[in-house]
Amino acid sequence: MIRVQAQDFDAGAEITAMRARIAEAGADTGGLCSFIGVVRAGKGDDKITAMTLEHYPGMTEKELARIEAKARDRWPLDDVLIIHRTGSLVPGDQIVLVLTASAHRKAAIEACEFLIDWLKTQAPFWKSEESAGEARWVAARATDDAAAAKWD
Amino acid sequence: MKVLYFAWMRERVGIAEEDVELPAGVGDVAGLIEWMKTRGGGFEGAFTEMTVVRTAVNQVHVDLSHPLANGDEVAFFPPVTGGAH
Repeated sequence: MIRVQAQDFDAGAEITAMRARIAEAGADTGGLCSFIGVVRAGKGDDKITAMTLEHYPGMTEKELARIEAKARDRWPLDDVLIIHRTGSLVPGDQIVLVLTASAHRKAAIEACEFLIDWLKTQAPFWKSEESAGEARWVAARATDDAAAAKWD
Repeated sequence: MKVLYFAWMRERVGIAEEDVELPAGVGDVAGLIEWMKTRGGGFEGAFTEMTVVRTAVNQVHVDLSHPLANGDEVAFFPPVTGGAH
């Protein structure tokens, strides 16, 4: 399940909802794994005061659904949830939630890491960070591509 | 053909989206980019450093050799930076 939204999310409520869906589906789930991405302020002169997340409506949802399908092909998952926020955020705000559920912990944990690595390099989001009153676009990092490539 | 621009590419070209008639002789993404550069102004600057330009056609990531047709939705943008640290 994919959600792209400006508003914040409640990870506890989402976990409860996922467990209810799993129970309803009758899946024999053994573990859920969650990852929450949070806006960092950084340190020193580069301290970030605000962030704006731009995205490509339509393609964003398609790419996230494609990444979810890849994870489901690879691991036996009972449920998947990706929530990614857009718009204006400040340090300490939640950006992204990834939840996975599977019969075994290893599959849930690996799929969660795979999803977070892949969405970082594939989903069309762009961060603009504000620091000392100036906004600048965040450059992609080679280490992110390397993190995604390790799943090939 | 609808053409969309995102992040700093949108700022450089000065528009978020436009309708473009597929130029004569242009058959793929690489050809469209060469044509974009000839438009001058912000367009030339936006497409100078091709290592930081990515393309999607009909909302799917593609490479420079991807063919184009007049009904396509083409998007140009920098490498994506979503997710978390």
